[in-house]
Amino acid sequence: MAAKRARTLTFEERLARLEQIASELDAESVDLAKALSLFEEGIEHLRTAAAELATAEATVQRLVERADGTFGVTDAE
Amino acid sequence: MTARRGARSEPASELELFPAAEPPLPPPQRLVEEPLPSYVGSATYPGETAEAAIAVSTLTETARDILEGAFIPIWVRGEITDFKAHRNGHWYFGLRDSRAQIRCVVWNRDQRRIPAPPDDGMLVAAFGRLTVYPARGEMQFTIVRLEAEGDGLRRKALEVTRARLAADGLLAPERKRALPRFARVIAVVTSPDGAALHDIIAVIRRRRAQVRLVVVPAAVQGDAAPNELCYALDQINRWRGADLVIVSRGGGSREDMWAFNNERVARAVAACYAPTISAVGHEVDLSICDLVADYRAPTPSAAAEAATLSKTELESELRRAAHRLQASIAAKFSADYDHLRHAARDLVSAAVRQTSTRRASLERVSGRLHALSPLATMARGYSVARGADGRALTTAAQFSEDMPFDLVLRDGTIPAKAWPRNEPAP
Repeated sequence: MAAKRARTLTFEERLARLEQIASELDAESVDLAKALSLFEEGIEHLRTAAAELATAEATVQRLVERADGTFGVTDAE
Repeated sequence: MTARRGARSEPASELELFPAAEPPLPPPQRLVEEPLPSYVGSATYPGETAEAAIAVSTLTETARDILEGAFIPIWVRGEITDFKAHRNGHWYFGLRDSRAQIRCVVWNRDQRRIPAPPDDGMLVAAFGRLTVYPARGEMQFTIVRLEAEGDGLRRKALEVTRARLAADGLLAPERKRALPRFARVIAVVTSPDGAALHDIIAVIRRRRAQVRLVVVPAAVQGDAAPNELCYALDQINRWRGADLVIVSRGGGSREDMWAFNNERVARAVAACYAPTISAVGHEVDLSICDLVADYRAPTPSAAAEAATLSKTELESELRRAAHRLQASIAAKFSADYDHLRHAARDLVSAAVRQTSTRRASLERVSGRLHALSPLATMARGYSVARGADGRALTTAAQFSEDMPFDLVLRDGTIPAKAWPRNEPAP
């Protein structure tokens, strides 16, 4: 879990994780301590996603194939 | 004349048409170049007298040069008859009406501009040049464009392509993949200067969608378009950096959009590793690409709408997730409170039960005690002597002279003292 949180999740992955957390919370068997830590994780995802949403912008680029067959993108505008 | 002749470039394979029974003709000789034999005598121009007779090839080639010079390329209408696609790649057929007929050829290299080979009986308009095929001495119409009545050739081409793709299962509805809800990188195969790209970018900016558009340039009309579209799609397949691919061009004539009905392009779209949106022309234009793609958008703008979530939509997604989380944690705690309340109630009632049973047993026991108590005996008139230490004095030997003791009666205690003991009776 720690490793998963360490790398940057996409918006979609965060939403999926939030859904998963909610489902886990709904389960009878979760004890209170675990429930609280799940909740905190969820809040963290919500905050990060909202922050990302506030800053990100659409970009337009162009695909470039290099001579060695690898690919790159350049700004198109 | 000589220059025109040099410019002619009929495929060498033309001669292969005819069986070996007709041997190749010797190199043609030119009317003006032919040296007049010395015995021509009185003739003032070639062919004037038997002595000055010209060669057959000179005649046919001269006729050809004159015909070609007399007619500019023109459109001719008629009915297709006796169509043959020869194994050398060229098409041969006749074009006729009620009174006349002319032999026609479409060279292999000119066929890519024609959607499909015509069928016998089709009414067509053909654009070409009138010439003479010297080897046969026949007039021939060399066709470079062909249009059938009612757009029959394109309809035929579409039907053929469609049937071939359907036979390979590429049009099956179950093949359609769902578009990703949150595409992050969208590859757009289109002309970098076209209206389609402009529209797509405009929509994405307006929606403040958070995506990366990666343009993969390709010509979207003209002879080069099919190859360039296929190449762009191939690049995307090798790159693998996109979550979603849009293949698009703006509106135009049916001919302009013809590349999107190309079978190879359609197969390249079908082979794309990522889900595809096809947006070619306007609402009314349906292309083969549209049929093969996972999603058909009526316009480039609609493709951009389908491909992205607006910022508002993303925000409401996030809000929904937040509510869900809140509801879950609240439910969790309220469930735990409920458990606690139940437990507390159980505990209290258990305690109450316990106490009441005990009290009952206590009462039972105390009843028995009471029955056994010496107090009850005393109530009947007996009394008990007790020493200073509280112990009952039950034998005479326990008494000594002047010893104080208590006499316990039913309703109280009397302090008492032992008198000197009488001599035991003799």
